[in-house]
Amino acid sequence: MRSIVLKRLATAIPSLVGVIVISFLLTRVLPGDTASYFAGPAATPQAIAEVRKQLGLDKSLPEQFARYVVDLAHGDLGNSLTTGQPVVTEIANRLPASGELTLLGLLFALGIAVPLGILAAIREGSWIDHLCRVIVTTGVSLPVFFTGLLLVYLFYFRLGWSPAPLGRLDVFYSAPPQVTGFYLIDSLIARDFETFRAALAQLILPAATLAIFSLAPLSRITRGSMLAVMGSDFVRTARASGLTPKTVILTYAFRNAMLPVITTLGMVFSFLLGANVLVEKVFAWPGIGSYAVEALIASDYAPVQGFVLAMAILYVALNLMIDLLYGVIDPRVRLEA
Amino acid sequence: MTALDTTAVEPDARPATGLSATLKHARHVVTGNPITGFSFTLFILLVVCALFGPFLVPYDPLATNTAVALKPPSLHHLMGTDQLGRDLLSRVIVATRLDMAVAVFSVALVFVLGGISGIAAGYFGGWTDRLVGRLSDTIMAFPLFVLAMGIVAALGNTVTNIIIATTIINYPLYVRIARAEANVRRNAGFVQAARLSGNGEIRILLTQILPIILPIMMVQMSLTMGYAILNAAGLSFIGLGVRPPTPEWGIMVAEGAAFIVSGEWWIALFPGLALMLAVFCFNLLGDGLRDIVDPQRRT
Repeated sequence: MRSIVLKRLATAIPSLVGVIVISFLLTRVLPGDTASYFAGPAATPQAIAEVRKQLGLDKSLPEQFARYVVDLAHGDLGNSLTTGQPVVTEIANRLPASGELTLLGLLFALGIAVPLGILAAIREGSWIDHLCRVIVTTGVSLPVFFTGLLLVYLFYFRLGWSPAPLGRLDVFYSAPPQVTGFYLIDSLIARDFETFRAALAQLILPAATLAIFSLAPLSRITRGSMLAVMGSDFVRTARASGLTPKTVILTYAFRNAMLPVITTLGMVFSFLLGANVLVEKVFAWPGIGSYAVEALIASDYAPVQGFVLAMAILYVALNLMIDLLYGVIDPRVRLEA
Repeated sequence: MTALDTTAVEPDARPATGLSATLKHARHVVTGNPITGFSFTLFILLVVCALFGPFLVPYDPLATNTAVALKPPSLHHLMGTDQLGRDLLSRVIVATRLDMAVAVFSVALVFVLGGISGIAAGYFGGWTDRLVGRLSDTIMAFPLFVLAMGIVAALGNTVTNIIIATTIINYPLYVRIARAEANVRRNAGFVQAARLSGNGEIRILLTQILPIILPIMMVQMSLTMGYAILNAAGLSFIGLGVRPPTPEWGIMVAEGAAFIVSGEWWIALFPGLALMLAVFCFNLLGDGLRDIVDPQRRT
C-alpha cells in the first residue's frame, strides 16, 4: 500500500509544478508595471521602486522564478496591502471557515444525490427517476449565487426560520475555543450546545446552496453508473442465485457503482471550490473566497495570487486523496499497481 | 424520430440537397422532441433580445428616476424598478446582448483553439499530443472558476479578459473531445485511402477528419455556452469585468443582493431568472442536439 501512495504522490508533482509556473506567470503578465500594481493605486514613485526591488522585478525572469519558488518554500506569499498581514496567515486563519462550509455542502449533496440516483436507477421510468432528471437539468442551470439569494429571501425574509446571512456566528455568540477551526466540531468539544446550534443555523443555508449546486452531477453519475452495474452479468448471477434484492443492490451493485461517483468527485470539487467564492459573497462568510473577492475589488494583488495558488494546491491534494480512496474501495487498482 | 422513420420507408425518397435539406433537418430537430422545441423557441427569443434588445425596450436602461425608485412590479414597470428607479425589464432585455456576446465569443474562440489543437494532438500524436495534453492537464489542475478569477485579476478587469478567461478554462474540454474523436480515426480506412491517393496530412485533417468531428463539437458548443454564460455572470457578480451602470445579468443580481434581506426581491430575481433561462435553454438545446448527433450517449 505504501508504494502505491508514493507512486501516486509522484504523479501529483507535474500538476504541482504546472500550478506554480502558471501562478508565477499570472503575476508577470500583468499589463503595465507589475510593481506599481503590487504597490497599490495610491503609491508614490519611491514606493513603487521599493516594491520593485522587494519583489526582485529588476532581475531576469529565471532569477525571479527561482526567488518565487524559494519564497513559496518558506511559506511566503507576500503581504496584503489593505490589512498589512502576511497572506499566508490570513489564508490559514480563514481556511477552516471555507472548509467547514464546503465539506458540509458536499455531505448534504452526497446524502441526497446518492440515494436519489440509486432509487432512480432501480425504478427506472418511475416518478423518482423523473424527479432525478428534473433536478439534474435545473441544477446545472441555476447560478449558485442566485440559488443562495432565493434561499435567503425565502428562509430569512419570508419565513424567518434562518438567522441573518451575515457570517459564521450571530453577534450574540462568541466563537468556541479553537481546536479544529470548524465551529461545529469545536463547540461540541467544548460541550457548548447553544453555540453549536447557532453555528449550525448559520451554516445550513450556504451549505444547502452548495449542495443544490453539486446535486446535479452527483445524482446524474450515480444513476448512470448504477444503471450500468445493474445490467451487468455479476448482478444477474447474484439475482439468479436467489440473493435478496437488498443484498444485490447494496452489497453487489452499490460498491461497484460508487467507483465512477468517486471519480466525479474530483470534478465536483473543482466546481465546489469555485462556487464557494460566490456563496461566501452572498452569505458574508469570512472564508478565503470572500478574502479574495475583497482583495480583487481593492486591486490588492498578493492575496488574490495567494488564494489562487492555495486553491490549486488544495485541489491537487483533494484529487490525490480521491485516487487513494479509489484504491481502498477497488482492490483491482491496488493489484495493478 | 417519426420524421426520420417516414423518410426511410418511402421507396423513392432521394436525399434532399441544399436549403431544403437544412430546413427539413431543422424541422426534425425542433419537432422531434417537445423539450428541444421549447428550448429552440427560447433560443430564438434570446437571439431577438440580443440583436434588437435596445429597440424593443420601453425605457432607457440607464435613465434614473428617483421618484419611482424600488417599486415592485406593476403595469408601468413589469419587473419593477431598482434603487435608482431604472426600469428592470429594459435592463434585463438590454443585458442579453452583452451576456450572449461574452458567451458566443469565448465559445467560438475555444472551438477554434481547442478544436484545432485537439484534432492535431489526436491525429499526429507524439510531441504535439504531449504538449497539448500537458497544457490542458495544467489548466485542469486548477479549480476552473478560481483560475478564471486569477486570469481576470492578472490581465485586467475588462470584458475582453472575461472572454479570454472563459476560453482558457473551457479549453481542456474541447481538446479532450476533439483529440479522442481524431485519435480513433487517424488510421481509419477512408483516411488511409485519402493518404494513399496522395493527400497531405493537413489536407486530410481538414477535409476528412474535421467534417466528421464537427457535429460532436457543435453539441459541445451548445453545452458549454450555458457554462460560459454562468461563468461570466459569476465573475461579474463578484465585481469583475462589467462595471455599473452597464446592464448585465450577473452584476444586476449583485446589485439586487443587498435588497433581498429587506424584501425587495424583484431586483435580483428577474436578472437571475433571465440568466437561469438562458443557461437552461443552451443545456436543453445541447442535450437535444446530442440525442440527434450521437444517440449512444443519450442519458
